[in-house]
Amino acid sequence: MSINLTIIEKYLRENKILPTVWCPGCGIGLVLKAVLGAIDELNLNKNDIAMVSGIGCAGRMPVYVDFDTLHTTHGRALSFATGIKLAKPKMNVIVIMGDGDAVAIGGNHFIHTSRRNIELTAIVINNFIYGLTGGQFSPATPLDSLATTSPYGNIDQPFDICRLGEMAGASFVARSTVYHLKELQKFIKLALQKEGFSIVEALSNCHINYGKRNNLSKPIDMFNWFKNNTTLKDEEGKIKRGIFADKNIPGYYKQYQELIKRAKLCQR
Amino acid sequence: MKEEYIFLSGNEACAEAAIKANLGFFAGYPITPSTEIAEILAERLPSQNKIFIQMEDEIASLAAVIGASIGGLKAMTATSGPGFSLMQEHIGFAVMAEISCVIVNVQRLGPSTGQPTSPSQGDVMQARWGTHGDHPIIALSPSSVKEVFDLTIQAFNLSEKYRIPVILLMDEVVAHMREKLKISTHDIRIYERKKVKLTQNEEYYPYKNEVSKVPALALFGEGYRFHITGLIHDQAGFPTLRIDEINDWQDRIFGKIENNLDEIIQYEEEDLEDAETVIISYGISVRSAQAAKNIARENGKKVGLIKLLTIWPFAEELIKKVSKKVKKIIMPELNRGQLVLEVERNACFGGAQVIRINRLDGKLISPKAILDKI
Repeated sequence: MSINLTIIEKYLRENKILPTVWCPGCGIGLVLKAVLGAIDELNLNKNDIAMVSGIGCAGRMPVYVDFDTLHTTHGRALSFATGIKLAKPKMNVIVIMGDGDAVAIGGNHFIHTSRRNIELTAIVINNFIYGLTGGQFSPATPLDSLATTSPYGNIDQPFDICRLGEMAGASFVARSTVYHLKELQKFIKLALQKEGFSIVEALSNCHINYGKRNNLSKPIDMFNWFKNNTTLKDEEGKIKRGIFADKNIPGYYKQYQELIKRAKLCQR
Repeated sequence: MKEEYIFLSGNEACAEAAIKANLGFFAGYPITPSTEIAEILAERLPSQNKIFIQMEDEIASLAAVIGASIGGLKAMTATSGPGFSLMQEHIGFAVMAEISCVIVNVQRLGPSTGQPTSPSQGDVMQARWGTHGDHPIIALSPSSVKEVFDLTIQAFNLSEKYRIPVILLMDEVVAHMREKLKISTHDIRIYERKKVKLTQNEEYYPYKNEVSKVPALALFGEGYRFHITGLIHDQAGFPTLRIDEINDWQDRIFGKIENNLDEIIQYEEEDLEDAETVIISYGISVRSAQAAKNIARENGKKVGLIKLLTIWPFAEELIKKVSKKVKKIIMPELNRGQLVLEVERNACFGGAQVIRINRLDGKLISPKAILDKI
């Protein structure tokens, strides 16, 4: 895929020296490309975008982009973003999280932000592992996978992040992979346009800390794995891509405006 | 000048004062004995187009408060011991990122679930050192409903002025007792956040090493497109590993407090001129200390009182000075001896004898217990 220079010039911070902190071949850069591509397609004003992240490899994304950016604590990015959105309702608030960040330490905030259906867009970059700390299993690591803290194979049942968000009440939930980059960008674009809380799970390759222990040690191995093991249809034994939820329900901020009206009537 | 008299509990006074201070955002989680603050604000804020949100826990509450403050709203949360423990990481984040916010901790007997409806002054050291890493902090401690009102406003003012989280350490009795409160709008000074002013072509540095050591923080959405992180950062806000930048950062975040101790540290003195014994107290224990001092004076004993309103940063110079003047310092507090450690550390300069009075069975220290030590 060719590198779109205009997107780099338009949306990356000039003073941030590349390369990024990510390992060569890391999928997070591709997710960044899809996010910026979607923003560009929608022609959003840079001054109206806040990018908020937690801790981990994915959490380093905001430093590179030319928006208002907030790098928070591990697992709590959605809660910080909730405060920003309520204070600055006109901003598009995009929250970048990894799998451990979003559904392990941040699992409570993930389900409650979904339940509240507040107008944020969460991008969960699921690379099945804690990458920055060197390859420990996460709540998204497949059963039997090897990791530094599951040297005999993982016995913890993984979460289905999309189903979790869907059941908890998010208005839009979708999943794609870094191999299916155009599809991923399309879902992110839909998510950014959706009222309420939208979640896009991007399956991504950590060939360094996940792949090498699980016979997928090159980026291409993991891309092929995404190609062969995910599907837009319902196929037994494969991971489903596509849109899991697309509901027209009011977001929290909109509901709060109704609450304000009610409160004013009561206090009159 | 408008004056009103109202009869309020400490928790009610805290909520009223926060509204007077232009609170724009409250996020919290129910916990005894602080819950009334959330209940009042849930009722009052929406009709003023302000935000009340009940979060899923105290961690999320303080995170949302910090987020709202970055969006330009004066923001606070209120909790008690267990919730205060959960907030510690984000107190550190607010110190590091220099985000204004107010955290009310209505202290109850601990540790753990402890005794939710009993008063305590057990979180004094947690307020100072609860979050990891060396850091400055401001903590205020009221002893009456009037002081709850005044110090809540003061907490917002100091927090906005110095870009630091300010902790209001109340306790169960101060929170629930009712007293007459005279509010004079004339006396209320509200500090509004400094706005960014740049000359043409000047770049914005949210952490600029300027003389005041407190650069103005731009708001998200204003077009500055800047970065905030919990990592140690340079003047532009981006992570740094450079030793010179780390030292500059450190000098500035400590310096902004250390250079302004005269404004930040508040205390009141009573009958100190001829005192041979001085009772030093803060929070609810002040009330017993005051009674004991007055009875002692009636009996001709030369006893004075120092009431500490700011407990962090600690009034070191005051204690050094006083310890040279008096023979005896008595320090009552509802813990096993926390702030007295600071008193002892500083009193050794003057040589006054320091006597501790401690209680942590959920009851207050009686004036008699203090009189017995005079």
